Amino acid sequence: MTEATSARALKPWEDPNAKPFLQIRNVTKKFGAFTAVNDVSLDIYQGELFCLLGGSGCGKSTLLRMLAGFEMPTSGQILIDGEDMSGVPPHKRDTNMMFQSYALFPHMSVEKNIAYGLKRDGVPRAEIATRVTEMLSLVQLDGLAARKPHQLSGGQRQRVALARSLIKRPKLLMLDEPLGALDKKLREETQRELIKIQETLGVTFVVVTHDQEEAMTLSSRLGVMTAGQIVQIGTPHDVYEYPNTRFVADFIGSVNIFEGKIAEDADDHVVIHSGDTDSDILVSHGISGVKGQSVAVALRPEKIAIERALPESLANRLAATVDDVSYMGNLSVFHVTLPTGKQVKVSQTNRRRSDDDAIRAGEAVQIGWDGAASVVVTA
Amino acid sequence: MGRRGKRRGDGMTPRALLEWVGAKGRAFVVAAPLAWLTLFFLLPFVVLAKISLSESAIARPPYLPIWEWAEGVLNVSLNFGNYLFLAEDPLYLMAYLGSLKIAAAATVITLLIGYPMAYVIARAPQHRRNILLMLVVLPFWTSFLLRVYAWIGILKGNGVINNVLMSMGVIDEPLVLLQTDFAVYLGIVYSYLPFMILPLYATLVKLDEALLEASADLGARPFVTFLNVTLPLSVPGIIAGSLLVFIPAVGEFVIPALLGGPDTLMIGSVLWNEFFSNRDWPVASAVAIVMLVVLVMPIAILQRTQSGKEEAN
Repeated sequence: MTEATSARALKPWEDPNAKPFLQIRNVTKKFGAFTAVNDVSLDIYQGELFCLLGGSGCGKSTLLRMLAGFEMPTSGQILIDGEDMSGVPPHKRDTNMMFQSYALFPHMSVEKNIAYGLKRDGVPRAEIATRVTEMLSLVQLDGLAARKPHQLSGGQRQRVALARSLIKRPKLLMLDEPLGALDKKLREETQRELIKIQETLGVTFVVVTHDQEEAMTLSSRLGVMTAGQIVQIGTPHDVYEYPNTRFVADFIGSVNIFEGKIAEDADDHVVIHSGDTDSDILVSHGISGVKGQSVAVALRPEKIAIERALPESLANRLAATVDDVSYMGNLSVFHVTLPTGKQVKVSQTNRRRSDDDAIRAGEAVQIGWDGAASVVVTA
Repeated sequence: MGRRGKRRGDGMTPRALLEWVGAKGRAFVVAAPLAWLTLFFLLPFVVLAKISLSESAIARPPYLPIWEWAEGVLNVSLNFGNYLFLAEDPLYLMAYLGSLKIAAAATVITLLIGYPMAYVIARAPQHRRNILLMLVVLPFWTSFLLRVYAWIGILKGNGVINNVLMSMGVIDEPLVLLQTDFAVYLGIVYSYLPFMILPLYATLVKLDEALLEASADLGARPFVTFLNVTLPLSVPGIIAGSLLVFIPAVGEFVIPALLGGPDTLMIGSVLWNEFFSNRDWPVASAVAIVMLVVLVMPIAILQRTQSGKEEAN
């Protein structure tokens, strides 16, 4: 456990000497004329919980299926623990997969399902029994060994599938939308359990998901995929706070995008002239751009302050009118319109149970943010 | 009843009539096959059962009635002698066993040939599946009888096979293929293969590909996956297909009559002989009833175990 935790703290991807456990090198997969995965390169390190995040049809599942050996790359190479996987069929790989549909064998009991992989390897019966019992308690399914899959709830089936894929102690475990079929409450619970199990066993996890919240919660690092390519790889924090494209900024969380051109480019700040706002936008960090270049300022709703009057010290201040306020329980989302007609989303934590002085729809307000709150994306 | 129904229909608008039929739709759907079975199965069965309990006679019809009104008294005379006769003459037992043996062996052969075919069709790409299925059903476009006759042309002494083999110099004398048990097996397997393939295909095509992938992922070679996943999950198809072949094969008459030899002893031929050569309708009826019981018993047992299994699940 300490090993995995420390691995997470150490960030092996920042260590130039660290040897990646899984190497995906320029992998392309074509189905006829359609390119599902387009020249993807990716290194994943021992003990990571890596999420491949993307919308449907972005190629994330195809990439996972290539890791498992169900599909072979059209070109490129996949190395697991330094071993080239080209032409190695699924049953000869030390990897296991948890399927989106769980793919539990309907004619076998929970116990037989979990034991299946060990039986194929000819593990002695007594050892199988012990390991199955261990696994059952790890996924908290004690006492359900004799049940058939159709006698279980969705959450229980998910655990059986997880246990079945973990029992062979694979070097690499792939999970295809592992929590997709669970309701929200159970999902959150299971997410935390999944992380705990992953840290306990120290197995490298590659998770495919379309749910950005899930990817944020689970992953040590994540890769955002679209149209067969990985557009950004980083820790959840990096990807959220420093998106490198409009697509990533928009895909992960919600964002306000101000289109504009670089008006002033200094080492410690840039000024961007945007048609979306009356005044220029100040960004208090340097970017690699040239004056006059078209860029976009990406700004998260929760990083914007909204008041009837904001202090003048704030770097960016804009007048706005509140269109409507959505009460979400934990926070309120304000949809405001700038004098230019640009609509902006602002969110605020609801600190009080009731606030008579709360800003209401129709009011004239000021919105503002610090120079460090926004990020400039060039692509 | 009919008149009332008619009057009701007359008084109704077409829409209301449709609604009435719709509401009673369930009843109609159930009633149609029920009426069919009663008319063409249950009634003939009762008639047959009645004849099997009467005595043979040179008359028209060639048996005595089992009940008679004589001077205001109903005389019922049931004759179980026909059944006793079946038990006494080893010919019948041999014929039953022969039929069961040939049907069972032919079913196994059909399964062994049909399973791979059904598997390939089920795993073929969608657009090719329908063509392959069509090819399986294609022989039905020709009469069954004609197809069996065609085998005579192929198997006989100066038939296709012998001619080809002799002209190639493989054999000097024609092989005896026709009028053998081999020809009977060939005829049954050939004729009933589609009945095996179709239910097998139906179960195999539903098989979730992810299960096979999961099995491979857990370390099973393709053949091991087949034994542990595909085969057990296709058992319903195997049972359905086997029954569809076995049951008609037991009572088969045309194939052994046309392709079989004098040694081929099957209950269908015995039945035919009793009815038409010996004109002993009561014995023939008894043969038919026993055959039915012999066939119904295993099916009933099978159904019970099946439904018991489903309940347990």
